[in-house]
Order: sequence, then structure tokens, then C-alpha cells
Amino acid sequence: MTFAHRHLLGIEQLHPTDITTILDLADNYVTLNRGASKRSDVLSGLTQINMFFENSTRTQASFELAGKRLGADVMNMAMQASSIKKGETLIDTAMTLNAMHPDLLVVRHPQSGAVDLLAQKVNCAVLNAGDGRHEHPTQALLDALTIRRSKGRLHRLSVAICGDISHSRVARSNIMLLNKMESRIRLIGPPTLMPAGIDQFGVEVFEDMHEGLQDVDVVMMLRLQLERMDGGFIPSPREYYHRYGLDAEKLAQAKPDAIIMHPGPMNRGVEIDGTLADDINRSVIQDQVEMGVAVRMAVMELLAQNQRHTNGQAA
Amino acid sequence: MTTLFKNARLIDPEAGTDTIGSLLVQDEKIDKTFQEQVDFEELFRTRSISPTIIDCAGKCLAPGIVDIGVKVCEPGERHKESFKSAGLAAAAGGVTTMVTRPDTTPDIDSPEVLEFVTRRAADDAEVNVLHMAALTKGRMGREMTEIGFLMDAGAVAFTDCDRVVTDTKVLSRALTYARSLGALVIAHPQEPCLSKGAAATSGPFASLRGLPTVSPMAERIGLDRDIALVEMTGARYHADQITTMRALPALERAKRNGLDITAGVSIHHLTLNELDVADYRTFFKVKPPLRSEDDRLAVIEAVGSGLIDIISSMHTPQDEESKRLPFEEAASGAVALETLLPAALRLYHAGQLDLPVLFRAMSLNPARRLGLSCGRLTAGAPADLVLFDADVPFVMDRFALRSKSGNTPFDGQRMQGKVLATYVAGQKVYARS
Repeated sequence: MTFAHRHLLGIEQLHPTDITTILDLADNYVTLNRGASKRSDVLSGLTQINMFFENSTRTQASFELAGKRLGADVMNMAMQASSIKKGETLIDTAMTLNAMHPDLLVVRHPQSGAVDLLAQKVNCAVLNAGDGRHEHPTQALLDALTIRRSKGRLHRLSVAICGDISHSRVARSNIMLLNKMESRIRLIGPPTLMPAGIDQFGVEVFEDMHEGLQDVDVVMMLRLQLERMDGGFIPSPREYYHRYGLDAEKLAQAKPDAIIMHPGPMNRGVEIDGTLADDINRSVIQDQVEMGVAVRMAVMELLAQNQRHTNGQAA
Repeated sequence: MTTLFKNARLIDPEAGTDTIGSLLVQDEKIDKTFQEQVDFEELFRTRSISPTIIDCAGKCLAPGIVDIGVKVCEPGERHKESFKSAGLAAAAGGVTTMVTRPDTTPDIDSPEVLEFVTRRAADDAEVNVLHMAALTKGRMGREMTEIGFLMDAGAVAFTDCDRVVTDTKVLSRALTYARSLGALVIAHPQEPCLSKGAAATSGPFASLRGLPTVSPMAERIGLDRDIALVEMTGARYHADQITTMRALPALERAKRNGLDITAGVSIHHLTLNELDVADYRTFFKVKPPLRSEDDRLAVIEAVGSGLIDIISSMHTPQDEESKRLPFEEAASGAVALETLLPAALRLYHAGQLDLPVLFRAMSLNPARRLGLSCGRLTAGAPADLVLFDADVPFVMDRFALRSKSGNTPFDGQRMQGKVLATYVAGQKVYARS
């Protein structure tokens, strides 16, 4: 089991075999997490710091739990409340934390590229928990694990990603991952929420939801941020729901066994019908949350392995 | 005092020639150029002069660069660039005339501030320094500055730099008033709502990197508005940077219709494209953002055809702190006084533009636009000259720059061409050691 990366900054840097390695290991952790004792000691003695420069409950909780189950010492820092407000730059904050010798740094930041910048300045492994509109690699990995466990494979599937592609780091990471794993990707959304030149990324773009959902195996819905709902990008939430919200009628275009995914948190009645989201036969939204912890455990184990290796060499 | 530059490769942008010859300088002015073999002993005797003879050994001798749009950070941010450091950088880069921007702190928007910088420049810089003043007070786009007084105090052009005067009525009045005084107005064509908050040009690359973008069309919309206003007011207008393919037909039409319009482009938009940003390298963040390769090639062609008149460095010093930030937050701009010539020579070595065309855009046209007599090798013109080796290769080291700020996108890159000596009014202000 080799994983030749110092950090996990994005899906862009990963090779398909890296992705398979992570998912295989994560499968083991799913089993562990379902058992009576959820403890492992692969990270024991290591320090994990979660730096969230942007609000997050689920992702932060997921990383925290993953670290704790692996035996790491986990510290959470709510960065909006701290030194950034006092005018400290990102790099100074990073250097300060670096001096405390963490082994794993989990970072979320509202600006694209900020996590890359930080990774250049610290000695530990950096895990991107979402940077701006750029990447959210663990989300794509947990989505991949969910799909693989449900469909038995990641290749030659037809996956629809629907909604606000333009502002979504989840969409970008998923597009890259699914392309690497040789699945077909369809992007569906209003043109105002579609990034320029996206058609050059090996995807098919649809403005009509009925057309776009035709015979897909997976329907991935994206969250529509509240601040983008009023007139700027779409006329109103109700018109959006009418044209792009996932309901039974639109879902009927997809394959009969198509699964429904959502990275959460959901806006019921805006991008997805509440009943569909709760339909245990179609919706794998709760599975995604479960896979999230397992995937993060897997990634952290792999990064820690390399980290111990480098530290060992240095000593 | 007389000096003879002999055996030089004379780059004459006015004649459009690139020939081996000699050039005689008498005191501060160019006396004569010789393309043919001349018996200099004979000449010296008849004119009873005994000049210093400089053998150029076949290296290029061209009119010194006139660089419109240099930011010297005095007053306000002298730690980024002073007149002294900018002057040294200019001399080392073959820039004999710097035309400075008014986007300092405070802005150069009153005769008093202009007088201050004029004095500072005269004391500290060895090259010629001319100053532009703000078009509106505080560059706020509301009230025009004292254009008349500022002209009396020496302002050569009026510009709000990278800020667009959004209120079309304010701009139309400023243009009308400027016309009555014959003042040149330099604007930044850009539709301000479209470009608000943008850090990159929209397209696949920016989408992949997840950066806030502006459509290249914003430049064309801005230019279209300004052209209409120039048609309405008859003002003398220069667009600071035209960087996109889509804006070129509008510019071409405006010129064909006889409007008094010229356009410039920064050296960075001619030699770099959006992909150079790679992994969020903030030294490549400029304003407007770097464009696609198609745009870059179209703009080079426009410089070749003369549609785009002027190449500038758009020298913008930034300290490390302003650049060591996430891409969106990082400051825009790059230093370029010293890299302008070697970067321009990339276009020459790539076979895209020849040397007379490059110096037409870097020396002759900017001088003409500002009504200066320099920028050419004609008899009677000031002896502002740059002697350079167009071929010598080197690796750019940003810490070797004379600018106080080292924010160059060319750091670590292989370049060709070095300045050997720079002369202002016949005086040597730089010699390569």
C-alpha cells in the first residue's frame, strides 16, 4: 500500500491507483466503524489540528471523529473568531501552528488556492477540507466510495451533477475524480451557474433537467447557497425548484435503480424534494455521511504513514 | 562634447530600419547617423572636433525607451519604490523617460502634490521623469481635477489609472474640458460591474482553479463606451491597455474614423498568458488579468500592424506582504522597468516582431503621443540612447533587480538580451559592469 503524496490538496494531483488505494482502505474502516469497538491506534502519538476559516459543522465533526477513532490528539481551531480578525496573515497563522509541531493539518478556507499556499509553508501533512471554489477532495472521495459500494464499480457509470456548478468545489473535485475513474459526467444547471469553458473538461452540459437525467446511474445534487437565490443568478427559489429541483417526475428520466446523492446540508424544496431525500431505496445521503468518516480515516492513515517515514528519516 | 558610436546596429523606428552604421552625438543631441562607410578622420578634421569613440562591436543602438505608466510609490509607499530606485532600475532597463502614474498615496491630483513629486524626481532620478496627474479628484470619478493648473505644473497626461470613471457624465465633461486644453486623457477600458472582484479571465483555466473571473468582453464594452465619448467630445484619448482580441475591431474602426485615439498594452500581456498563473502564483496577478493565448497572439499582431501603438512596462511595485496571500486577496501588478526590454526581445527572438517595430512601440510612439522630441535617432533629437546586446542569455534573478520590490513574474526564467549602456541627453547613466 503506497501513497506517494505528502499532502492531500486536491483530486487533481491523484492517480487512479491512489484513489483506489484510498477507497480500499476506507472500506476496511467502514467495517471498523460499524463494529462495537471503533478504536484504532494508527495515529496514536500524532497531533491533528483542524483549522476552519469558514463555517462547517459536518465536515469538521467528520474529521474530528476520524482523527479520534485513529487515536490522534485532535484540536479544533475556529479561525473566524481568532487571530485573522486581529489582522494576522494566513502565512503567519500557519507558521505559528507549525511551531507547535502538528502532524496533520486539516484546513478549510473561503479562498481558492489558500490551502496550497499554506501547504508550502508548513512541515506537516496538509489535508484540504475545501478551498473556495477550487477543490474538496475528501468529499469527492466519499462520494466515490458511496457510489462504488452501491454500484459495485466506478467506471462506465453515467453520473449527473446538478445545480450550482459555478460556485461548487464539490463539483470540481467530483468531475476530476469521475473523469479519472472513467465514468461519464453530465452537468445540469442554469447557464448562470455554469462556469465558463466547463465543456472542455470532458463533460456534457445540459440546461434542461429532463434531458440531462436521461438514463443516468447516479444523480448528484448540489446545495444552492442562500445568498445566490435572490435574483442574482436565478429568479427565485420556487422557479429554481420547478426547473432544477429533483422530484419524482424528473427522477423518472434516470435509470430505475439510480441513486440520489447530496453533499449536505440540504435545502428541502429548493434543490430536492423532501420525500425523495428520505427515500431509503433511492437516497444514499446518509451513507455519504457514514463514508465520510471512513474515507477521512483512510486518507489520514496514508498521509501519517508518509509523515512518520519522513520524521523517522530526519531523526 | 562629442561622442561617436561606431560599428553599431542602429535600430531606427522612424525609418523602420535595422542597419549597421554610426551615430554622432554632439553635446545633448544626436548630430547625425551614418549608414555608409565614412572616413571619420576626415570628418573630424573638417568639423574640427575630437570625439570620444565608442566601438559598439555590432551591438544594437536604439532610442531610449519612453515608458508610460510607471508607478513610483512616492509619496506614500517609499518602501516599495522611490524615485532613486526606480531611476536606477529604469537606467538599467534602457528606459530613458519614465512617465509616472498618479495612483500614489495621496493621489497626484493637485498642483501642490505634483510639484512635490517633480522636485523629488529631479533630485533623485538620473533618467527623465515626466508625471501624469489624476483626471478626477482622489481618482474617485466624481469631480475633475484642476487640469489647467496641473498642465502648467507639468502634467503630461491625465488618468485615473486602473480605476474606471463609472459616471459617464463625469467622464464626458472631463473629456470635453481636457479637449479645450489639448490635454491627453488616458483611461483603463473596462466595464466596472463585470470586472468587479475578478482575479482571472473567465475560461477553462480559471474555472478549474475556482477563481472569480471577468469576461474578456468587459474590455470591449469599456472601450466601446469610451470611443463613443471621444466621438462626442473630440478629446485626445489613449487606452492604457488593450489586451483582448475582441476589443481590436472597435479600436480599428475608431482609428479609421479619424478619432484621436491611441492604445497601449503591457509587456506582460504580450509575453505571458493566463496559464502562467499555474498554482496560484501571485506574481502573475496583474490588472487586467492575463488573457488566453489566442488573445496574446492577436495583441502581438496588433502591435506589429501598428493598431496598438505603445508597449509599456506598467511597472507596479508590491512588497512581499501584498503578494504572499491567497490569489484573490493578493495585490495586482508586477515590476517591469528592468525586464521590459528582455521580455520584449522574446517577441523578437520568436520571430513575431522585429526590432524597429518594438522600438516604434516602446520609444517612438509614446514620445510622439506626449509631444516629446525623443524616441528617435533623427538629427536634433535628444541623445537618449540604449546600447544593448540582443542575444546574451541569462537567468532572471528577482533579487538582483534594482527596484525596491522584486515582484517580477520572470523570476527564474531564461531570457535573452541585456542592456550594455544607457545614455540620457548624451550622458551615460548606466553601464553594465
